[in-house]
Amino acid sequence: MADHTHHIVPKRVYFAVFTALIVLTWVTAWISTVDLGRMNLVVALSIAVFKASLVVLFFMHIAYATKLTKMIVFSGIYWLILLLFITMEDIWTRGWMGVPGR
Amino acid sequence: MASQSTALQHHFENAEQQKDASTIGMWVFLVTEIMFFGGLFLAYMVYRQAYPAAFASASNKTDLWLGAANTTVLICSSLTMALAVHYASIGKKNLIVLFLVLTLLLGGTFLGVKSVEYHDKWVHHEIPGANFECEGCADAQHASLFFACYFGMTGLHATHMIIGIFIILYLIVKARKGDYGPEWHTPVEMFGLYWHFVDIVWIFLFPLLYLIDRSGGLKG
Amino acid sequence: MITAPSPVLTKKNYLNEAHSLKSWLLTKDHKRIGILYLISVTFFFMLGGLYAAMIRLELMTPAGDLLESNTYNKVFTMHGVLMVFLFLIPSIPAVLGNFLLPLMIGAKDVAFPRLNLLSYYVYLAGGLFIFTSLILGGVDTGWTFYTPFSTSYSNGYVLTTGLGIFIAGFSSILTGLNFIVTIHRMRAPGLTWFRLPLFVWAHYATSMIQILGTPVVAVTLFLVVLERGLHIGFFDPAYGGDPVLFQHMFWFYSHPAVYIMILPSMGVVSEIISTFSSKKPFGYTFIAFSSLAIAVFGFLVWGHHLYVASQSVYAGMVFSILTYIVAIPSAIKIFNWLATMYKGSVRITTPMLYAFGFMGLFTIGGLTGLFLASIGLDVHLTDTYFVVAHFHYVMVGGAIMGFLGGIHFWWPKITGRMYPEGWSKLSAIMVFCGFNLTFFPQFLVGYMGMPRRYHVYPPEFQVFNVLSTAGAGLLGVGYFVPFIYLLWSLKYGKLAGDNPWGATGLEWKTSSPPIHQNFEVTPVVTQEAYTYTTEEVAHIG
Repeated sequence: MADHTHHIVPKRVYFAVFTALIVLTWVTAWISTVDLGRMNLVVALSIAVFKASLVVLFFMHIAYATKLTKMIVFSGIYWLILLLFITMEDIWTRGWMGVPGR
Repeated sequence: MASQSTALQHHFENAEQQKDASTIGMWVFLVTEIMFFGGLFLAYMVYRQAYPAAFASASNKTDLWLGAANTTVLICSSLTMALAVHYASIGKKNLIVLFLVLTLLLGGTFLGVKSVEYHDKWVHHEIPGANFECEGCADAQHASLFFACYFGMTGLHATHMIIGIFIILYLIVKARKGDYGPEWHTPVEMFGLYWHFVDIVWIFLFPLLYLIDRSGGLKG
Repeated sequence: MITAPSPVLTKKNYLNEAHSLKSWLLTKDHKRIGILYLISVTFFFMLGGLYAAMIRLELMTPAGDLLESNTYNKVFTMHGVLMVFLFLIPSIPAVLGNFLLPLMIGAKDVAFPRLNLLSYYVYLAGGLFIFTSLILGGVDTGWTFYTPFSTSYSNGYVLTTGLGIFIAGFSSILTGLNFIVTIHRMRAPGLTWFRLPLFVWAHYATSMIQILGTPVVAVTLFLVVLERGLHIGFFDPAYGGDPVLFQHMFWFYSHPAVYIMILPSMGVVSEIISTFSSKKPFGYTFIAFSSLAIAVFGFLVWGHHLYVASQSVYAGMVFSILTYIVAIPSAIKIFNWLATMYKGSVRITTPMLYAFGFMGLFTIGGLTGLFLASIGLDVHLTDTYFVVAHFHYVMVGGAIMGFLGGIHFWWPKITGRMYPEGWSKLSAIMVFCGFNLTFFPQFLVGYMGMPRRYHVYPPEFQVFNVLSTAGAGLLGVGYFVPFIYLLWSLKYGKLAGDNPWGATGLEWKTSSPPIHQNFEVTPVVTQEAYTYTTEEVAHIG
């Protein structure tokens, strides 16, 4: 148990992550100007998720954390998804009946 | 020299337990932050789904270059913050202070650019309310919802940055006194988590607010 | 040891180790913070009760003759706001949870004592905002703040009330955060998860809801405040905003909030039933996990508040099914409590009476919840007194019964003294009878079609309303009597001793009232919870 709290991440990991984040920022900015139709949103969000994962795993040390900490992070993300998609389940199914507002 | 704040608080058995408690507590706090922003993300999702054209054209009113540059600034500040934590954990006092100061400056730069953008919106009457206008917007009637989301989300994000900047100032003062070393630097480490979290929020805000339909495909 | 030694008051305990006002107001001792919360929630409970009394008096006659319509709107709103946000949500977690959690897990304090004190003052600040808006003239939106009424049309003090709830929410979040970390990291050596008292499991589940749900309602009310103050048009249909989105966001928290009220109560009941049956709870793991299941499933059902609010029928069906599922873990608890009593040596004490009351009333409240979960019936029953009766059976019949039961059960530990047995039993029976007389007629009159939130109604409903008001009177007395005799017992009550009930938890192993550090030496746990031995049985007078 004592290991993780004293784990020192080598600096080169930080620099590698940093470089990836910067490159991806400009990639996502550039690719948004290319017309991919609906895929624009998918690509933009995939890049964002990937960048966020890098930050969480390495800058925030989750890659080296205990199972409990990982569980806490996971539950936060999971509940966010519940909030977003259970609500959207209503929004997306409106109009299926052909009755206005239903 | 262990300062007073490094002492073990009376209700903990050992330093290990105290450190663990702080880490878990901070992460639980960040979970509440995820849900706090989550409400706004939900509103964004619902309205973007309902009014795609309004969101696309209103999003094109934001400045792509400023947005991308500001994202870069924020990522740099995340790096300097990570390095500050790194040097705290190996006890390099001067480097802790240096990187905290750099983080502070980068955070300040971000807020400066943000205020330029806000001013620009103000000038163009793009703030939701009685005087709202959206020149040349498709579905201008609903474009105000985009800007309501824009100001709600970036405003909440900026509020977190401002709070963060006050905390960095406190940390700098403490670090200069030599309070943080390999034995104990929990405040720096916990603040690092907070700062990275704020960075992550922006990583999502940037594509969601600045990058909708930049190619103009929806209009065509 | 056949006869227990005659009890003495601990010489130096958390109550008398310092006497100055400052030592109370700036205390970091979880026990004293619990007491501060007890005083505050009692104040807000009485205030909310006063509003309830005004509602019931008004409804005695079919005509709106006591209060004007506008005033009536404000009265039922303030009743709801005070009771939900300032009493029910903090009641058991912040009072009993604060006091007992560290004791039960053998810790010296919660993980973050300063944060604990902060959360109390944040709560007070929220309370102050709400109290101020009440003095200024109140708010008339209903406790649900539905848009666009709350943002565009209401004349009440929505801004200050909304901010007050926003602030009080952070107190709830901080308490939940503290408890989660405390339960994870502060347990005494040997106290594994499955040796924890069920009260602790219940509070763990409660804290999960506080952490995951409260931020969402906070941001929602913040948006309402912004929209009302600055007209940004977030939920305003005039700008294309969706009022139903508000309802989704509001109920994402506010439905699970019901479980913030009821889960701790269930924890209390688990302790009481086991102690007064001198028997290990039947199906310990089932009760423990059903708490977590309620917390998780409780998050998936909020849409049943939106059946008639232009939510899609398909979403309604999903929410309906999920709502039925929540009944399962709730039922598991009821069955397990009954099975615990079976062949136990049951003692009918005051806390036990409250626990019985809880089981009966919560069962009715829960089952009528299933009526409302079915979409077709709900269309008929939405916004009638049937709904009012249903949620009072859960929130008053459930949560307050558990709160009072818990206060009585742990009163000897908190104060070192016993309450008067006769009076307390009498008032427990009065509460139970008064409660049923108040709210059962509301099921009937609601089913017949009397809408909630109106003070003028057809004369044929009067008989039910008079019954209900009579019951409310009895209920009021039933709540007031404990207030008197508990205060009385502080000075004149019999000394209780460390373990008057023959209970097993760690909190009963230390002195009554506990010392500042809780335990002389950190206890080491070597056995499962609820292991009743001759030592405990010997305590039973």
